[in-house]
Order: sequence, then structure tokens, then C-alpha cells
Amino acid sequence: MVDPVILIPSLINGLTTGALYALVALGLTLIYGVLHIINFAHGALLMLALFGVFFLNQIFGIDPYWALLIVPPAMFVIGYGLQRGIIGKASHGRDENILLVTLGLSIIIENMSLYFFRSDTRTVDTPYSFEVVEFAGAFLPLPKVIAFFGALITAGLLWAFMSRTDLGRAIRALAKERKGARLVGINVDHVFAMSFGIGIACLGVAACLLMPSYYVNPQVGYGFVLIAFTTVVLGGMGSFVGAMIGGLIIGVVEAMGGLFLGDSLGQFGIFAIFILILLFRPTGLLGHKA
Amino acid sequence: MINRNQLLTLLIVFAIIGTAPFWIARESTLNTVILILYVALLGQAWNILGGYGGQFSFGHAAFFGTGAYSVAVLQLQYGINPWIGLFIGGLLAMGVALFIGFASFRYGLRGSYFALVTLAFAEVLRILSNSVSFTGGGVGILIPLSRDPANMQFANNVGYFWLIWALCLACFLTVWWLGRSRFGAWLQAVRDNEDAARALGVDVFATKMKAAALSGFFSGLAGVFYAQFYLYLDPAIAYGSAVSIESLLVPIIGGMGTLFGPLIGAAVTHLLAETTRHFVGDVPGIALAIYGLLLILVVMFLPRGLISIFGRIGGLFGSRRAADA
Repeated sequence: MVDPVILIPSLINGLTTGALYALVALGLTLIYGVLHIINFAHGALLMLALFGVFFLNQIFGIDPYWALLIVPPAMFVIGYGLQRGIIGKASHGRDENILLVTLGLSIIIENMSLYFFRSDTRTVDTPYSFEVVEFAGAFLPLPKVIAFFGALITAGLLWAFMSRTDLGRAIRALAKERKGARLVGINVDHVFAMSFGIGIACLGVAACLLMPSYYVNPQVGYGFVLIAFTTVVLGGMGSFVGAMIGGLIIGVVEAMGGLFLGDSLGQFGIFAIFILILLFRPTGLLGHKA
Repeated sequence: MINRNQLLTLLIVFAIIGTAPFWIARESTLNTVILILYVALLGQAWNILGGYGGQFSFGHAAFFGTGAYSVAVLQLQYGINPWIGLFIGGLLAMGVALFIGFASFRYGLRGSYFALVTLAFAEVLRILSNSVSFTGGGVGILIPLSRDPANMQFANNVGYFWLIWALCLACFLTVWWLGRSRFGAWLQAVRDNEDAARALGVDVFATKMKAAALSGFFSGLAGVFYAQFYLYLDPAIAYGSAVSIESLLVPIIGGMGTLFGPLIGAAVTHLLAETTRHFVGDVPGIALAIYGLLLILVVMFLPRGLISIFGRIGGLFGSRRAADA
């Protein structure tokens, strides 16, 4: 039996990691819910945002948390441009085509980063990087605690935005009924691009919260993209609450898998869940789409 | 008629490629030809399921890696000759393909969901091969050097050339047969409209399973070739995403669901990579970034792949209507 003295800290640790997974997945689920796009480039764009936070810190000495004012808006612009310029024009009626285009984007982004930034793994040192908070017997790095609450606050803000603002309502209208939305005068292309931009901006937030306790290299996105898919699929494609809960579950599963099966098999549980859900609840995952 | 011309074209193309060892003196140039054939085999294997069947796998590494690990483990641990390992590897890869196919097609998984589940299966195999001992774990497997054709190892790369040439030809002939057989017609009917095909009496599930089996078998052979050519394997090489991505890039860029698409895709991507290397130097990432760009451009502007540029010649090459283009 595993001692609760080890179990509880690793549970809490899993929850804090899970909140970040949830944050990455929020953008993915928003993009899926509105545009029905499975964005394969999600991980690569997260990596780009992480490099953004890193270089702002290295060159201008900007603290990762202050980068929240710069990186998410920049990511929004990138997302808006990608949707308007490339992704929106690529479907030819098949959803695999969009998947291929986002795959192409991720290959380009990852390999150009490899070319420009080399494959070195880099971290940002902040005065608070090694501070610890004690909670229920677990010693948690302060940045992870901040990231946990940051993720919850971001999810709350996103929810408020979707339910309280005109644009949020337009996005939800489009997600529900494309033709009807067009009929009542919603500028579909603009709202699609806004949704994609907001989804990518979430990655900017995730990057700022992640950087003080994590690292960046050109390959870092790949692991995240699979976890983000799993999170979104687990929570139900297009559902915000689902993404939050899914993220927390994945974080805990990973921590528990690591604890019981060892580190190298820790992620095994994630993919097992992913496969089982894809196989046995595919209709549930598609949400309102038959 | 077109089919007979196609077979003739196929045989002529392979005959011409077969002259390569006689006039290519430089080892590195012949290596390029070998790699193009190897990637064409990988791409053609994907093309059976993805191009002709419309089932976009993002996890062909699952089959490739199984073939590669089979031949390596069988000769290292059980002393089984690689020539026998070649077939066992192919069959085991076929078994993996049937398992994944059964799990996915049984529940009618389609489109992007099939892509994601295949990707996840390949990841599971990667994690497992990293953790169990008989694959050598993360350290990998080094196949001992014994340059003897009886061990499927050759003194120079001419031997490897003939091996991959023969494997590739076998795969291309199979796909040629696919283009003219009733089974191939069913497969394309399933791709173009699954529900209509079912209504006309096609056993959709069985058709997809057979395509998965063939596709897995040839991917496994590509894996065996890789293992014998490089004599080294680890989980990231065998089950990593790079193989999965390469095997779908090549037929999509060349032309999905066509006999010659994978060969054109393999030649173009590799020659482009070589040219880039010539101008930029051996810089990591650049060649792959170009693959990505090519993929986007093809999907956006040439949904039938580069083969469609050939226009009228395309008819001779058997360019087929891509699903929705």
C-alpha cells in the first residue's frame, strides 16, 4: 500500500499540474466548439508562447507574470491571422484537411524554432522560482500554486466573457447554429477568427503561468498537444467545464500513474484513458454534432 | 485499358530505377535513391488505408515500429534469421493493424477521431517499448554487425538497394492490383461515401479491416528494412511521431489514392531536402519545415497532390478523383 503521506502530496501536485493542462485545453475546446477544428498546432503555438515569455525575460528582464500583458495579446493576433489567412481557407469540405493544415503549421513552427533557438532546454529563474508553500502536508512550489489559481481565474473570466458580452454571445450562437447566425447578420469569418484568436490567447496565459516552474525547448509542445487532446476529449469536445474537470483528472491520473507505475509509465494512463474514451464514447465526444 | 498501361508504366519506372546501381557510382547518391524508395514504401503503405480507404491514420509508426522491433528482437533473442523475421515482422505489424482497426472501425470511429486514436495507440506502444526489457528499453537495440546477405546485411549499399527495390515493387504491384480489383473498388466506395457503400451491399467493416491489414503489413516491412539498414532502434525512432508523419506526408504531397503519388511525393520531398541541405548546410529543422510548408500548400491549392500537375499524363499515371476535390 502506498502511504497517505506520499499519496496526498502527489494528489495535490497532480491537481496543480492538471489546472495547467485544463488551461491549455480551454483554448482547444473553444476552437473545437466553435469552428469544429481539431487544432494540431496547439502544442507548437504553446511552445512559441513559452519562447516569447522566455525571451521577454532574457532580453528585457520582464517577469513572466508581467508578460501576461504582452504575450496573450500577441498570441491573439497570431491566432486571428492564422485563422483568417490559412486555416479558414483550407477545408475543401473535409475535416481531415484542416487537421493536415494544422499539422503542417506545427511542423513548420517546431522546426523553425529548432533552427532559430536550437534544441537546448531553457528555464527562467525568478526570485520566487524556488519558494514553497505548505498545504495538507504537501510542499508545493509557489509558481505552481499561482498557476493553479491563475488557471481557475482565467477559466472564470472566459466563462464571463462568453456569457456576458456581445462577442461571446455571437461565438456561442455560431457554435450552435452557423446558418442562423449568418442570417441574423453575424460576420462569420470575423467571429471565427476571434474565437481562434481567443483560443490561442489562452495559450499565452498558460505560457506565462507555466514558465516560472517549467522549461521550454522546441519539442515541448508535442507532449502538451496529446495531453490537451485527451483533456478535451475526456471533458467533452467544446465544453469549458468539461475541459477544467478533464484537465484536473488528467493531472491526477498522471501523478498517480507516476507514483504506482514509475515515471516512464506515468503517461501510459493518460493515453489509455484517451483511447478508451475515443473508442467507447465517440458520440458523446462529438457533443451536439451527430 | 488504363490499368494495363498503368502496369506497364509501373514496370518501366521500376526497371529504370533498377538501373541506378549500374551508373550511380557515388555511395551517397545511391543512398538517396535507397531512402526515396524506403519512404515511397512507407507512403504507399499509408496510401492503402489513407488514400484508397479514406481512413487517415496519424499513427502508422505503430506498424512500422512493430516490424522493426520484431526483426531486431527475433534475431537478437531467438536467433531467428532476418529473412524469416521479415515476414514475421510484417505479419505482427498486420496483427497490430487489425487490432487497432478492429477497435476503431467496430465503433465507427471516423475522420479526425480515427486520426487521434491511431496517434494515441502509437504513443502507447512508444511508452511500452520504453519500459519493457526485451526491447532494450530507452537504451534501444543495436543489431550486431555481420555483413552477410544471409543475415540481410550487405557489404555495400547495392545490396540494400535491391532489397528495398524489391519490397517497394511488391507494395506498388499490390496497390496496382488494388486499383483494378473488386476489393479496391469497394474500398474507394467506402472512402467516397461510407453510407452509400453500405446501402449498396459493401461490407464496410470487413473492407476497412482488409485495407488496414495490407497497410500494416507493408509498413511493417518498411520497419524491418529500417532496422536492417541502420542496425539501431529505440522507442523514439520506432514508435515516434516522425515516422507517422512522414508516412502520411509523402502520399498526400504526391497524390492520395493514386498509384504513383507516394513515389512522386517521396522523390520531391527528398530531393527538396537534399537541395536545401546543399544551400543551407546540414541545419536541423529546415528540411522538415519545408515538408510542412509543402503539406499546407498542397492541401490548400492542390488537393489531389503534385500528381495532378501532370494533367493529361496524370490520366496515364492513374490519377484518381480525390474524395471531395
